[in-house]
Amino acid sequence: MSNNQTNNNSNLSFLERLMLLDRRWVFLVLALVVVSTYYIPMKVPVPASTEVRSIYDAVEGLKEGDKILLAIDYDPNALAELHPMTYAILEQCFRKKVGVIITSLSQNGPGMAEQAILDIVDSTALPRTYNGVSYPGREIINGVDYCFLGYRAYFELVITGMGQNFRTFYSRDYYDVLLDSIPIMKDVQNYDDIEMVIDISGSNVVDAWIKYAAARYDVKLALGLTGVMMTDYYPYLGSGRIFGLMGGLLGAAEYESLADNPGLAMDGMKVQVWAHITIILFILIANIGYFGTRKKRGL
Amino acid sequence: MKRQIPLALVILFGWLMLALYFIPLEGAQKINENLLDWTAIIGIFALALGIWSLISVNVDKIQYKKRDWPYSIVTLFGLFAMIVFGLKFGGADSMFQGQESYMFRHFFDDILIPIFSTMFSLLAFFIASAAYRAFRARSALATILLVGAIIVMIRFFPFIAEYTRPVADWIINVPNLAAKRAIWMGVGLGIVATGLKVILGIERSYLGRD
Repeated sequence: MSNNQTNNNSNLSFLERLMLLDRRWVFLVLALVVVSTYYIPMKVPVPASTEVRSIYDAVEGLKEGDKILLAIDYDPNALAELHPMTYAILEQCFRKKVGVIITSLSQNGPGMAEQAILDIVDSTALPRTYNGVSYPGREIINGVDYCFLGYRAYFELVITGMGQNFRTFYSRDYYDVLLDSIPIMKDVQNYDDIEMVIDISGSNVVDAWIKYAAARYDVKLALGLTGVMMTDYYPYLGSGRIFGLMGGLLGAAEYESLADNPGLAMDGMKVQVWAHITIILFILIANIGYFGTRKKRGL
Repeated sequence: MKRQIPLALVILFGWLMLALYFIPLEGAQKINENLLDWTAIIGIFALALGIWSLISVNVDKIQYKKRDWPYSIVTLFGLFAMIVFGLKFGGADSMFQGQESYMFRHFFDDILIPIFSTMFSLLAFFIASAAYRAFRARSALATILLVGAIIVMIRFFPFIAEYTRPVADWIINVPNLAAKRAIWMGVGLGIVATGLKVILGIERSYLGRD
């Protein structure tokens, strides 16, 4: 800070200072709150909203052997919010012996999908910990319990193509195995052979799922989105175009809570709550300063 | 001819795709499937063009030591490293196991994911700073926005969630939804109008100026 600025600041009243805090103070306080609250043992109650519960109920209502398509369409930047959703849904499906066909239509999506798959899948039935939760050993086999189709460019075309036949764009899966030789895919031709699509997305791929899969092929579609995207997609919920909606870390935490699978999202809620409180306090401080100096500023 | 042929193709295929959307006959769907294949093939050329453009821009920056040129080295290194480690050839012992290779996986897990996550996390700090500076109750409308934002933010705070959540849900589901729906309807009509202008040959800006 220059000498002039320092002199000017020293002439400011307390209320004026409240309005003109250096943003580095805001950064520092928020960083301290985020780091310290992570270690505070505190549980935030997350009662499930109707839109999250409807996804959970739909998956819970599936029978053994049914199949769903889980579209993992997000990049690492949305990992904190969306990865827990993926884990919770995969876990619920595997518990219920529901087959999961996984696609990834965002460029870095395959990496995210494979990370989740490698964490959960276990053909050796050893106990393991992922998403902050420990699980006993069980067998989850590639091609039988799930199938990962991987990435194809031009998501609008791929989504439309899968409505005709999955093999239009995916003749082989991510691991280069012919689709016809994968047990879970044998009776699957198009969307008619799966019960629903759940798209976990942090990008505009979600629009294509709504426009082409839900609108054109009448696919039963639910969405898991980042917090900032949520409000944009509520209209589709109201119109019945989608049957469920999970938004941000909260949506993930609600799902974890419903699925009795308390992982990183539920744990992260306490940090989010305190960070929000901190931001609110800063807003209040600024407004106290603003109103306290109105007279001085001739307003 | 440079403009007429592309224009004719766009009009022809635009109408054709529109018609095929509404024709459920098997033959029509087969044509639709073939056209989708064509689009993917044409798209691959765009990908090649993109890679070429990325390389030429960054090589140029390095060659003439333009501003921030060292970052171009990192960009090119990242591009080629991921291509090389993503290749698949040789037997099971080969280090080139495509996307399952150890190096490919670790570049993704240990470099890309932390970088992306860090960049996104920084948003929280900028949002906090922006909220501190911008959220002032300067007018009645600004005050409504401020109060609404605060209620939505505190809806999960223990002890008060019971009271704040119904109000927050109402804000999200009623006023917010009404505004969003109006915006989306406007956007939808705009998309239809633009699509029609393209396939009727009125909108030609995609052809460029030459």
